[in-house]
Amino acid sequence: MSIWFEQMDTDNVKTAVRVEKQLFGGESDYQRIEVFQSKEFGKMIVLDGEIIFSEADEFIYNEMVVHVPMAVHPNVKNVLIIGGGDGGVAKNLIEYGEIEHIDVVEPDEMFIQVSREFFPETAKGFDDPRVEIHNMDGLRFLRRCIDKYDLIINDSTDPFGHTEGLFTKEFYGICSRALREDGIMVSQHGTPFYDEDEAAFRAMHRKVYKCFPISRVYQAAIPTCPSGYWMFGFASKKYHPLIDFNPVRWKARGIKTWY
Amino acid sequence: MDKNRQKSAPVYEALLSFKKKRVVPFDVPGHKRGRGNPELVELLGEKCVGLDVNSMKPLDNLGHPVSVIREAEELTADAFGAAHAFLMVNGTTSAVQSMILAVCKAGDKIILPRNIHKSVINALVLCGGIPIYVDVEVDHRIGIALGVTVEDMKKAMDENPDAVAIFINNPTYYGICSNLAELTKLAHERKMKVLVDEVHGTHLYFDEELPMSAMEAGADLAAVSMHKSGGSLTQSSILLCGENFDAEYMRQIINLTQTTSASYLLMSSLDISRRNLALRGSESFVKVAKMAEYARSEINAIGGYYAYGKELINGNSVYNFDVTKLSIFTQGIGLTGIEVYDLLRDEYDIQIEFGDIGNILAYISIGDRIQDIERLVGALEDIKRVYGKSDRDQFCGDFIQPEVVLSPQKAFYSDKEQVPLDETDGRICGELVMCYPPGIPILTPGERITRDIIEYIKYAKEKGCSLQGTLDPEVNKISVIKQ
Repeated sequence: MSIWFEQMDTDNVKTAVRVEKQLFGGESDYQRIEVFQSKEFGKMIVLDGEIIFSEADEFIYNEMVVHVPMAVHPNVKNVLIIGGGDGGVAKNLIEYGEIEHIDVVEPDEMFIQVSREFFPETAKGFDDPRVEIHNMDGLRFLRRCIDKYDLIINDSTDPFGHTEGLFTKEFYGICSRALREDGIMVSQHGTPFYDEDEAAFRAMHRKVYKCFPISRVYQAAIPTCPSGYWMFGFASKKYHPLIDFNPVRWKARGIKTWY
Repeated sequence: MDKNRQKSAPVYEALLSFKKKRVVPFDVPGHKRGRGNPELVELLGEKCVGLDVNSMKPLDNLGHPVSVIREAEELTADAFGAAHAFLMVNGTTSAVQSMILAVCKAGDKIILPRNIHKSVINALVLCGGIPIYVDVEVDHRIGIALGVTVEDMKKAMDENPDAVAIFINNPTYYGICSNLAELTKLAHERKMKVLVDEVHGTHLYFDEELPMSAMEAGADLAAVSMHKSGGSLTQSSILLCGENFDAEYMRQIINLTQTTSASYLLMSSLDISRRNLALRGSESFVKVAKMAEYARSEINAIGGYYAYGKELINGNSVYNFDVTKLSIFTQGIGLTGIEVYDLLRDEYDIQIEFGDIGNILAYISIGDRIQDIERLVGALEDIKRVYGKSDRDQFCGDFIQPEVVLSPQKAFYSDKEQVPLDETDGRICGELVMCYPPGIPILTPGERITRDIIEYIKYAKEKGCSLQGTLDPEVNKISVIKQ
């Protein structure tokens, strides 16, 4: 018998993965959640038909959203993760001793439970005492925050799905206000390859550009993403990602990376 | 309401069984189930164009219904607690106009507040009725017209005992409700008919917590915009008749202007929506009210904005408030409603119902999700942060009670001339001038133009309101009666 999971990258292109078995299927208030066991990618979590991450390649995304800003900002103490229900971003952040507090704002409790159950290695980021989980809409949480964070990581999943509001101008504006005067915001910008995605990517960058004095994009290759190619936005009020990049200081920490 | 009976949807069911028969069409519409217009099929889908059919025996005829449409109308009447109901396919405009044409002949007086929809004035142009405007209180803090008070209505009735009807808009666009039951009682004591523009009140029939509906208050006729809170397709609507109104006469009046090719897409959408409302309406509207209340509290927490609610109730000019409406006064952040409306659309990709001088209105319905509400609140907060001004010295949409010199019909059909706006002070207006939305006229045919009105029009133009109704598309000139 052979079962294939198919992710529709566009109407005419799909990524297919042979699945050994389905480990979980359920519908939360926000999305359809599935977990599959596959050969090359190990366990994969799928939200509304799109692979969010797999055991084999989650490290790429998580390292790229954490270490890039951490190698620029000299003194991060207070971090906010919007989304991040799988705990992967938090797992990478807790390796930094100087961080004092990490807020994770994930409205979908079921997503957190499923991650804890099937991806304990990734979700162990939640177990650190510095990490606090808030089951709340990201926009709502941020409305109460002014001049509070050194780093905000927008780890929400889909600009076309239920987290649409986290890819909008008002979101970036509110993020800017929630950051300290030298704060950095990193957000996933999706894939820029297919037309519809490219348009969304450009729109996101344009919106960030209007809200922050410094706004750049960077990229990584992630095999389970549509087109395998993924973009990130680096927005900052003070630090420039290249000028203020401090590899010596960062290397001194001796953090082990895979990507 | 007979809940068991409400489970059926006769027009919809007739369409389904008609579709199964695979009848070969040698009648209109000429696109023949879409085959003659493939682009249209591409856009709307095969199912949709396949159901775009003409009246025929198994599907009944809206102009003279005897089977499935009649049944659908009876079910609608039952669901809304009316004696009769009519499916309408030319917008609630046609329902409002039919109500007026049914009670008002040339020279008849009808008592109404001035903040009515333009369709009412247009109906008076058609039938020659004379509007008698009852005083309307204005809340000067937020610049909106309130409801009709019992005292003001009584005064207007005493001054015009020969009036044939009163006309009330309830709830208003902003959610303000009048004391309908008492107004109806007063009118009926004086043998006047009671017409209610219930364009913004479909949901009142399905949630007991909400203000009283027209039929419950004993009104004679009500125009109900099913496509607003009721969920049917745009342009579909219903007209409700109370116990003591001759429904067959009403049908004749409707047929004066109604199409003889009524759309089955619109009628089936009314049928299905009515069933939905009857079976699940109350739980849906509880949810809508909760979302609106949540949005109100979050928006008021931002500061500067004022999302008003039940605290406006004063037992008189605000007899009740429809909590499903989300109206927000914006001048506290130094911006007019129309400016916030434009910013929401152009900068934040959020389309709201309308913005006027002082307020915006966001339409909340059964189709909304809480995450969309978060977006709206977030955008309003960002607008305050980025665009807010401290300048509060603004013209606050004051409501100007006009002097009626000629009947709308007389004025509309008089000899007119185009005069530059600034030179019209003291002249009699020959056309409608309004901001759209909301479509409430600033001037109607037959009214005296004053300096205040000219300044108001100029201010509205300057702030970016879409001014409509005039011969001159730029509204630099106004048609006035020749002297």
